[in-house]
Amino acid sequence: MCRLFSLTSTSCISPMKAIEALDMMKEGHDGSGVGLFLSSLEGPFSRYKGLPILSGIFTRDGFKRMEEYMAELGFTPRFQLTLDTTGNPPPGTPRREIYLIQVFDPPEDFKSLEQVLQERKLTGIRLHLRHMGQEKEDMVVFSFWPDVITIKEVGDPLETGQYLGLDREELCARQILAQGRQNTNYGINLYACHPFFIQGVSSMTNGENTAFVPIKEYLSTQGVVGYEGYQSDSEVFTHILHFTLKEMGLGIEAYKHIITPLQDSDLEAHPDREFLQRLKQACRRLIIDGPNCVIGCLPDKTMFMVQDRKKLRPGIVGGRPGLYAFSSEACGLDAVIPDRDKSLDFQPMHLDTAIVSPECKEVRICRQTQPLPLQH
Amino acid sequence: MPTDAAITPSTLSQRDLPWQIHWDVKTCTLCGRCTAVCPVNAIELGTFRKRNIVVPFVGGREKPTSNFGVYHGIRQRTDPGYACIGCSMCNLVCPNNSIAAIKSESMDMLRFHRDRGGQPRTRGGRRNRGDSVLDQMKFMRISMLTDPALDAGRHEFELRTLLGRVLPPAKALASWKANGWTPPVREIHPLMIGSMSFGALSPNMWEGLQMGVAYLNEELGMPVRICTGEGGCPPRLLRSRFLKYVILQIASGYFGWDEIIHALPEMKEDPCAVEIKYGQGAKPGDGGLLQWHKVNKLIAAIRGVPPGVSLPSPPTHQTKYSIEEAVAKMIQSMSMAWGFRVPVYPKISASSTSLAVLNNLTRNPYASGLAIDGEDGGTGAAYNVSMDHMGHPIASNLRDCYLNLVKLGQQNELPLIAGGGAGKNGNLAANAAALIMLGASVVQIGKYIMQAGAGCLGTEGDRCNICNIGRCPKGITSQDPRLYRRLDPEKVAERVVDVYVGFDTEIRKILAPLGRSTSLPIGMSDALGIADKAVADRLAIKYAV
Repeated sequence: MCRLFSLTSTSCISPMKAIEALDMMKEGHDGSGVGLFLSSLEGPFSRYKGLPILSGIFTRDGFKRMEEYMAELGFTPRFQLTLDTTGNPPPGTPRREIYLIQVFDPPEDFKSLEQVLQERKLTGIRLHLRHMGQEKEDMVVFSFWPDVITIKEVGDPLETGQYLGLDREELCARQILAQGRQNTNYGINLYACHPFFIQGVSSMTNGENTAFVPIKEYLSTQGVVGYEGYQSDSEVFTHILHFTLKEMGLGIEAYKHIITPLQDSDLEAHPDREFLQRLKQACRRLIIDGPNCVIGCLPDKTMFMVQDRKKLRPGIVGGRPGLYAFSSEACGLDAVIPDRDKSLDFQPMHLDTAIVSPECKEVRICRQTQPLPLQH
Repeated sequence: MPTDAAITPSTLSQRDLPWQIHWDVKTCTLCGRCTAVCPVNAIELGTFRKRNIVVPFVGGREKPTSNFGVYHGIRQRTDPGYACIGCSMCNLVCPNNSIAAIKSESMDMLRFHRDRGGQPRTRGGRRNRGDSVLDQMKFMRISMLTDPALDAGRHEFELRTLLGRVLPPAKALASWKANGWTPPVREIHPLMIGSMSFGALSPNMWEGLQMGVAYLNEELGMPVRICTGEGGCPPRLLRSRFLKYVILQIASGYFGWDEIIHALPEMKEDPCAVEIKYGQGAKPGDGGLLQWHKVNKLIAAIRGVPPGVSLPSPPTHQTKYSIEEAVAKMIQSMSMAWGFRVPVYPKISASSTSLAVLNNLTRNPYASGLAIDGEDGGTGAAYNVSMDHMGHPIASNLRDCYLNLVKLGQQNELPLIAGGGAGKNGNLAANAAALIMLGASVVQIGKYIMQAGAGCLGTEGDRCNICNIGRCPKGITSQDPRLYRRLDPEKVAERVVDVYVGFDTEIRKILAPLGRSTSLPIGMSDALGIADKAVADRLAIKYAV
């Protein structure tokens, strides 16, 4: 199993906090990798809100090729942060040349594009860089999006975090997703590390999606830019979420109805049965299977947790106004928010979506049997 | 036969026949049941002459003498027209187990003489080949220590499938918001009883199947569907609420459709779907065939034809001259007849042209699916040559079609219904699961439900297979009340229910270890493996030895 930890806060927090929580849950992952998603950035990045940030790992040649390519497109480099490693890499972590976090200023013609087209363009650039990198094995690109930093590396989360110096003050965010990887089905590949990201949508999973192949085949033929290159069976959760929000125009409350729809007896009693029946049929190809706990962050910085239809994975959410965390295990919560009211901790079950909006006022539980918000 | 008697080219010995009757003089009571029951009169009462040697007292002066006596028993006829079919009904009725039909271990000579009067062999049944690619497939992607496997007995399983065109998600929502028309979709059990007509099957068999299906739906909540085949539908069923469990088939003879059209205003329920048959796996490119033996008054009335004549449906629909126009029109007309509330899909024989049909249907908004019937499908009557040599195996045909839909991003949008050979060797659940993982949304069965539901004697070893002449010894495909009264519809219904309930347990035993329970694993090809490299490559599944 993997271990997940995420937090959403009204004040800025270092990613090391999340990694410490992962370390508390060390028995549940084998330290084969760590992945971080940071958003609502503070520090130097806050000055560049709205400008896309490129996150990735480069060799010197790769970096040069990337720069040339970006220059060709008219993207001007702005603020740059490279992670300076200290000492020898921890066991299992390869030595890399450049861990890059780079803000780019898009050209004028980009700024005049509609938002949808802008988003598509940014995704296209990320994919192009990824393909370039796969060709010569000189760059790995995780995200290229405003106000988003993604860091991934192979190795034990805590040791890797220290090695990469993730406690530096420039790295500070209000929404953080972190995953400690237990390598199971697929190779240790940086692209297989959670959290996965597409156009502001990010998610990570503890589990095994046994319906991966048919879902992958379906998504990758829908003509949506970015649904490709699957290295992990969990990547489709991110893309289904993206599909729900962006292609179908639905909210997070509908996500669970798509990945694990209600059975007929429950549907019949549901106030939105006609809509849900339609949704269940139309999205049957996106139904997930197997044991899975999904934690994700939406473009509006709302954070959520859902479980599979049988609730086969651990997951808990808790905190206090201003700071909430989603964790695989309670000890992860204890490590980061020891001063919360534990009686309010909640373990989402097979029908629940636990949602915390960016104001971090409360945990909202949305049960599948409840009415959906009005569709418009 | 005297040694100097004339013989003809078709004079055969018992050894030349595929089945030989072994009869035991010692235990036979001469009750005559076997000769009475034999559906093809292959055996008859025989009077045999036997020489008895009388040996006198040893040491006496008298010489041994002989005399001739007679005894009575069973004689197997060797006339090709009366060759034993191996049904073994004689053995079934024999009180002393004194008689048995044994398959000859050498090749028979009968096959060269089955075209008397220039009429090649016609028969019912199947392809008579035991091999099955589906049987060789294994389900290999089993969740072991990485994740808990599911419990087939205790966990919740959602095994239904969708019949009908499923719109892409965004379109479905748009149509819902606009309150527009959405193609009709039925949530049904993935194992469908395929098309076997009223006429091909006896009234008792048909009734039994319908009762079984009704019970499964109404008492067990299993949405099992049955297709009528081309022979219409009894008027009372058309006007009953049970019609919703029935898929009406229309084929090139349009048999029974006069009755159906007239019943339209009085229907309480819409049928589940309409299947337009363009071909069937057992005899691709050949039309339906009901031989005159079976066209009695009842059948004739339902089909709207005179009794006692053979009813060969044309190989193709007479109105069909192009798939682009005529097929589309037919699909549209059938949809229109029920106000676009009923899914309408064509059924074709598996063929190397299946892809062309599929591609066309993907562009037809009213087409609700495509049924493909492989060469291992059965039939009530066909020429032997069609059954043995025409057709395409289902596995690769289905897989090609599914992968083509994947390429178009339309998998499961147009459900593929696969048939032809599922369970041919008794492994129904495994075969059905393999077809589903290769890409089928629905699996059709015919022969299996006849064997399991009614005790059909047919096998892949050319046993019985006389469905065509109405002499079915079990009363399954006979229209003679003296024969079909042997079949109790209630018992058939019970067996149908047993088969489905057992199937559901077995399918869960396959899906649970694969970690699948939330939806039917259509196209989950990563679960499949086979110990044949060529097959693995062809089907894009794993090769494992």
